[in-house]
Amino acid sequence: MIDIVLIGLTRFIVGGQARWVGSLPEPRQRIYFANHASHLDTLLIWSALPRALRASTHPIAAADYWGRGSIRRHIALKVLNAVLVERALQGTPGAALAPLRGLLSDGQSLILFPEGTRGSDRLPGPFKSGLFWLAQEFPEVELVPTYLDNPSRAFPKGAFLPVPISCTVRFGAPLASRAGEEKDEFLERAREAVGSLASYPIT
Amino acid sequence: MSLSDKLLILFAGICSLLAIASLIGFALSRKITSESGRATVDNLNARIKAWWVMVAIFALSFGLGKGATVVLFALTSFYTLREFVSLTPTRAADHLLLVGAFYMLLPLQYWLIWTDWYALFTILIPVYGFLLLPTLAALKGDAEQFLLRVSRIQWALMLTVYCISHAPALIMLDIPGYDGQGFLLLFFLITVAQLSDVMQYVFGKLTGRTKIAPVVSPSKTVEGLVGGGLSAVLAGAGLWWITPFSPVEAAAMALAIVAMGFFGGLALSAVKRSMGVKDWGTMISGHGGVLDRMDSLSFAAPVFFHLTRYFYT
Repeated sequence: MIDIVLIGLTRFIVGGQARWVGSLPEPRQRIYFANHASHLDTLLIWSALPRALRASTHPIAAADYWGRGSIRRHIALKVLNAVLVERALQGTPGAALAPLRGLLSDGQSLILFPEGTRGSDRLPGPFKSGLFWLAQEFPEVELVPTYLDNPSRAFPKGAFLPVPISCTVRFGAPLASRAGEEKDEFLERAREAVGSLASYPIT
Repeated sequence: MSLSDKLLILFAGICSLLAIASLIGFALSRKITSESGRATVDNLNARIKAWWVMVAIFALSFGLGKGATVVLFALTSFYTLREFVSLTPTRAADHLLLVGAFYMLLPLQYWLIWTDWYALFTILIPVYGFLLLPTLAALKGDAEQFLLRVSRIQWALMLTVYCISHAPALIMLDIPGYDGQGFLLLFFLITVAQLSDVMQYVFGKLTGRTKIAPVVSPSKTVEGLVGGGLSAVLAGAGLWWITPFSPVEAAAMALAIVAMGFFGGLALSAVKRSMGVKDWGTMISGHGGVLDRMDSLSFAAPVFFHLTRYFYT
């Protein structure tokens, strides 16, 4: 019930249509990794996925936003199936990645924002290393680059309410694995894969 | 004949027209085999299907009465404003203006129609909105491209909220001997404006040669305009019995709607060109966005409203 209301509201205010440009909405184990521009992002990707995929896909959300307040916390944990992580811990891969490893071992999919924090530019900033470690440990999991168009315009940092501006969610082709690739090289390639899905800006 | 009898006859007439269009579309889809022809016919059939849905929505809201019709147009304004703003570059500092436009001015404008507050309805956006938006923007303290940013949002609001709201505002006009029949005026406006668009498209596809504005809107032709405009004027004259106009007056009103509708389509094509897009959105398959269907109406509605108000109330 709450999920239908949430999806309805998302569609009404920001649209959030899915565009599968390089991959298809198939029931494979995946990590969707996306640029992070607003608090709408988790909701946008979650509501762009077909119902069948939503059940087994878990957004990784920041505990300091989604864990605050009982309603928001309830939505994050019970409706979005989110895993709340403490942002402060993201620097030390071992501890922060533990719940993510658990989910991947169970065959679940994840939604990840490797920038770790919201940016205001069209192109994503540098990625944190978590994605690299997970890709090393779970090589069979597909890494799907995902680009969110416009959420930073609809709901900029510090704003109280989102405004109606159409956002789209583009799912690109899975990142191919390259044997022996260094961490920084891999993260840069992943970042470019997300950035290449961005549309041309209008001036 | 009562209002509901008239509306029943009118919607039955529209449905027959659409049924004929669907049959023609079906016949064409079997006959046309060339690559480019197919694309045109597929688009035509998508358009006809979307028309069925749009007519059903309008019939339903007319049946439910004034409240539903006002809400329907408020939603139309909402979606067209969303399409316009989505394609317009905005900055984080514009957020407050957009909050004011979407969540304050838009609902207020339609609330004024609902409560028949004509005096404030005509000045809310052009006066108070005009002054409020630059104030909000200045309070944010971002001077970068200030005038450009504010005027883009003012323009969007004037077009998609102020202009479009004049269509449902026809319901609140007090015309002697025509009590409570404002729905029929609204039907007249929408039918003439949309029929003009459709027939310009049909005549343009069949006989169009001489382009009117090749840079701004390559699909607009003299042949399309004359053929489509003339059919819409004739249809308008034929609908005189649902209006307070005589047949000749109805034709003149229809001509005003056709002319303004054409100007609206032309001006908004130029806006789209300047933004580097072909359609305003993807909400109505075959047609593009909601604003692609409302462009002519947005220019025609205020003029038709004021002509009717000046000469008949």
